[in-house]
Amino acid sequence: MTQTDISYKKSGTDAIIAALMALVVFGPIMGIVLNGYQFKLSFDRVFVIVAIVFVGRFLMSTFFQTHRGKMMAFRYTNNNDGVTVLPPNHKSQMVWIIPLVMVIGLLVPFIASKYVLTIVILGLIYVLLGLGLNIVVGLAGLLDLGFVGFYAIGAYGLALGYNHLGLGFWSMLPIAAILAACAGAILGFPVLRMHGDYLAIVTLGFGEIIRLVLTNWQSFTHGPNGITAPAPTLFGLEFKRRSAHGETFHEFFNVPYDSAHKYMFVYLVLFVVVWAVLFIKHRLVKMPIGRAWEALREDEIACRSLGLNHVLVKLSAFMMGAAIAGIAGVFFATYQGFINPTSFTFFESALILAIVVLGGMGSTVGVVIAAFCLTVLPELLREVAQYRILLFGILMVVMMIWKPRGLVRVTRRGFARKEGVVK
Amino acid sequence: MDIVLQQLVNGLTLGSVYGLIAIGYTMVYGIIGMINFAHGDVYMVSAYLTAIAIALLTFFGVQSFPFILIGTLIFTIIVTGAYGWVIERVAYRPLRNSSRLSVLISAIGMSLILQNYVQLSQGPNQQGVPTLLSGAIRFHVGDGFVQITYMKILILLIAFAGMGVLTYIIQKTKLGRMCRATQQDRKMASILGIDTDKVISSVFVIGSSMAALAGVLVTLDYGSFDFYIGFIMGIKAFTAAVLGGIGSLPGAMLGGIILGLSESLFAGLISSDYKDVFSFSLLVLILIIRPSGLLGKPAVEKV
Repeated sequence: MTQTDISYKKSGTDAIIAALMALVVFGPIMGIVLNGYQFKLSFDRVFVIVAIVFVGRFLMSTFFQTHRGKMMAFRYTNNNDGVTVLPPNHKSQMVWIIPLVMVIGLLVPFIASKYVLTIVILGLIYVLLGLGLNIVVGLAGLLDLGFVGFYAIGAYGLALGYNHLGLGFWSMLPIAAILAACAGAILGFPVLRMHGDYLAIVTLGFGEIIRLVLTNWQSFTHGPNGITAPAPTLFGLEFKRRSAHGETFHEFFNVPYDSAHKYMFVYLVLFVVVWAVLFIKHRLVKMPIGRAWEALREDEIACRSLGLNHVLVKLSAFMMGAAIAGIAGVFFATYQGFINPTSFTFFESALILAIVVLGGMGSTVGVVIAAFCLTVLPELLREVAQYRILLFGILMVVMMIWKPRGLVRVTRRGFARKEGVVK
Repeated sequence: MDIVLQQLVNGLTLGSVYGLIAIGYTMVYGIIGMINFAHGDVYMVSAYLTAIAIALLTFFGVQSFPFILIGTLIFTIIVTGAYGWVIERVAYRPLRNSSRLSVLISAIGMSLILQNYVQLSQGPNQQGVPTLLSGAIRFHVGDGFVQITYMKILILLIAFAGMGVLTYIIQKTKLGRMCRATQQDRKMASILGIDTDKVISSVFVIGSSMAALAGVLVTLDYGSFDFYIGFIMGIKAFTAAVLGGIGSLPGAMLGGIILGLSESLFAGLISSDYKDVFSFSLLVLILIIRPSGLLGKPAVEKV
């Protein structure tokens, strides 16, 4: 192949047009900073970004004229890599990894400091949320932009159940899951028969309605001031220094009081719940219902002609995701001890979506890794925390263009005819 | 009685603004079938551009209101149109043949980028513009009175003029014919020699310019804004587009005015705390009961 005649003139024109556009777009907003009714000029950063755009566009344009670039562009436009199907008798070399992660996970609360532990708990809560949304978006292909609404139902379920009905963590955990699933059913049933994009907007509206009601219904939810949520108990033993009702944890076990005990306990329960959800999801994907979710995502019309009840199949995915979000909400409320509506904005939904997008639609491992990356890294890198949302946005756009199926490829074991059954 | 009339006046101006922004949603949806989630944030950018233009013009000594208004409109529309073009080029064109889900996620990413970019460039605080046009007409009704500020009259005039120009472009010009052809059948239009990529770009530029018009008018009227205003405004304008029937231009204007009127009446007569809840509930209800809207055609999915 000798078609590598590169026209630098074309690259140059492309780069100049891009730089001019960048100047028009970035110039006013970045270069002229409002200060009251006056303004300050800061054109240095405009020049930096225009220079970056110029060089970047020049290199990109040149690269796509080379043979390798053309191949790459061709691969992107014909990007239909789905799942990798493994041979039926495939045995994974990574079997040791699950027990290893389990052991490390169980050791974390006893080694880590309280600060690290709280970050890891937050990471695990986002793992749960990511797994829940991954069922809805990744497997069933339903874009749910109001996922945070179900999360809020779980969290406020615990707080309101405690303040108004006197229910504790353990009774609210299943109730919140059921409540969230019911909310999912009520919202989903009329909505799921319609077009995919409309579903996204309806769920977005639903999430915002939940947040606005929580903010404005002062007499019931205490509005923006927030509301307290109870800590979990171990067979009735509270994790407090002193308790009004009976013995506390440290008195019963005769150990010195430590405020980290509560977090250790929350962590362990959450750890078990995450594994349970992982296991359930792993099994569901292999069951007829899981296959139906994925089939419906790929081609709805074909599925309906084959006799799948598309509303019920979608509804089951929607409710499953909602229930997991409800559980995550209960853990969030109990871990924070105090919640207010600002924790349940649209940004939260977008963050969970970013986790699913980065991890890979339908991929479990990817979502777990992505959840930890997107929640723990901003905690560790405080300096870049203000660029967090910008990075999420860029991540979402770039991932959709570059690898719409996510970083971790979904693999699946193929089927084989059973020997000796039919001859 | 006077409250109802006052809210009708407020609702009409609010509704015409919703209509202007809804045009961007409805045109883009009509032509490539995607919800341009970043459109609300384009409106937000135009609010910042308005304040920047006013600051620049007053710095260079322009004092008279008409000159400031015209200068601001030209500057804001051009730069916001450039935003529309760049957003389409960067975030949507590479995804032309991808699934609808991918494009929508990319649009959400773009929305987050715009919000955070403006926040980082201009600071997180609320910004404002000085009041340039004050004064009002008062009508006595019964015991009370109805007040129509000059600014509100100006909003109505400019909004309807903008809609008129747009209708002319779509109905009478060559570009408009190309837009309508592409909307009906993109593949056929490109076979017949229409550069559909250019048409799609120009639709984004037109939609953003309309959002810019709304941004200038609202900013001049309210005076204050922050980097988060695009989100709520975007959902409401989208509600208006859906209410009127997404894909239909007169529908967007009608939907905007109906939404503005009903929201203002709800805020004035029932509860202003829950007016956003009202709009969002309206959105959910329309999508459930009549997804094709008032003037839209029901979508038929071809196999």
